[in-house]
Amino acid sequence: MNAFFATVRRDLLLALRRKSEVLTAVFFFVIVTSLFPLGIGPEPVLLKKIAPGILWVAALLATLLGLPRLFAADHVDGTLEQMALSPSSLGLLVAGKILAHWLLCGLPLVLLAPVLGLQFDLDAPALGILTLALLLGTPLLSLIGAIGAALTLGVRGGGVLLALLVLPLYIPALIFGAGAVEAHIAGLGAGGHLSLLAAMLALAVFFAPWATTAALRIALE
Amino acid sequence: MNQSIIQWFRFGSPQAFYPIAGRMIPWFWAAAAAFGIAGLWISFFVAPTDAQQGEGYRIIFVHVPASWMSMFLYLIMAFWAGLGLALNTRLSGMMAQAVAPTGALMALLSLWTGALWGKPMWGAWWVWDARLTSELILFFLYLGFMALQAAIDDPRRADKAGAILALVGVVNIPIIYFSVKWWNTLHQGSTINLTKAPSMAHTMLWGMLLMALCFWMYSIAVALTRVRAIILERERHTDWVKHAVE
Amino acid sequence: MQWNSAGEFFAMGGYAFYVWGSFGACALLMFAEPFLAKRRLSEVRQSLIRELLADELELKQKNP
Repeated sequence: MNAFFATVRRDLLLALRRKSEVLTAVFFFVIVTSLFPLGIGPEPVLLKKIAPGILWVAALLATLLGLPRLFAADHVDGTLEQMALSPSSLGLLVAGKILAHWLLCGLPLVLLAPVLGLQFDLDAPALGILTLALLLGTPLLSLIGAIGAALTLGVRGGGVLLALLVLPLYIPALIFGAGAVEAHIAGLGAGGHLSLLAAMLALAVFFAPWATTAALRIALE
Repeated sequence: MNQSIIQWFRFGSPQAFYPIAGRMIPWFWAAAAAFGIAGLWISFFVAPTDAQQGEGYRIIFVHVPASWMSMFLYLIMAFWAGLGLALNTRLSGMMAQAVAPTGALMALLSLWTGALWGKPMWGAWWVWDARLTSELILFFLYLGFMALQAAIDDPRRADKAGAILALVGVVNIPIIYFSVKWWNTLHQGSTINLTKAPSMAHTMLWGMLLMALCFWMYSIAVALTRVRAIILERERHTDWVKHAVE
Repeated sequence: MQWNSAGEFFAMGGYAFYVWGSFGACALLMFAEPFLAKRRLSEVRQSLIRELLADELELKQKNP
């Protein structure tokens, strides 16, 4: 477990030395969500209806921005090979890297979402559900995205290819995440959506690091 | 090890499979043609006009087989991919790679015929129905698999990376289908309920089954032709290939 | 048999565009795909045969 926390700490430290990379994704999220009211018009009823979908799609794309960097730098300077050869299991180290990625690229989105939700005239309970859904959903995005990042490591046109591989797999998270807020606004209660999102997260926590590790070993061969 | 298992492994080498596939292909083409002629005969001349949909329902005879094949072929592709990962056999990866374009074609045909069926029946080229949406996502999954394989130069790595993607896709397809269905029921007001299939006469069912068999045979024949090409491309520096093309 | 004439058959009860559009697209793509697969196979074969001939020529030139 020490190796796990050491990896998380290391990745966070590295990211803090190059803040611009993390900030880019966050600014992207803010700008994209602010563009929609400008393109659609400022009617509160319409904005309230489309808010969950827009915030979620923007969150999907923002996490996607950080994914190619998840393993690329470590792959180039040989750290990844050292990790594969180290005595502690690669799966644990990979899980640490994914957690660090979520702390850097997912958590800021979760914290920003309530503020951005205000732009769309969401009330306080709806903002709470939105934050909760993103809190459950963004780790899922990081976990699934890590598989794609490992598969496209060092491959021609990796960034675009990554989007093509990962976005279809993000669809369930999008449906339940945005659906939770919509169901709450419609007065149906968001419990079902949130528990399904949590179930998918549990499934992904179990399988995704394993699949990512397998994909990384193939890339390192 | 059991004698028969060893036998199977021998067929599993590209060298042994190349001539076998060559001998099997004409038979599958013949079967595809026979089933196709019978199926088309039933679909146009035997099956009666539908009471609700008139002659327009005849699209079902290509739409349903194409949808079925697009799903079967993804399973078959994932099966070969998983086999390749588990047993590290060379042929498995080639089979998965050969099946993918046919699967994508079937998904595309399913979407195309679905749109042409939807327009006269529901008044829209596209409805966000659970099945149509899942089919579209399946098409994207095929494209992702093919793009990943095309982007990796080393064929062994391409096989293994593709295999992981195919297996991740297989785990995800039920989740995607379920989530899309859930989403669809939540937004019921805005869409048309498509679950009511026209009551099917026996002859219609027969026509559909025959067409599905035709599509099966077609898919096998094309995939075998493609796998032969892939075998030659990948094994071009070996001695047996030189003898095989002489 | 429910068709009285060839014209009626091709009209498909007013659904000609949709029915023939579907069957036509299937026929077109299902002829094109095997054609492309076969061309890929024969192209590899041709290039392998050319390679083989080149090897033989080289051998002949070395020890005539």
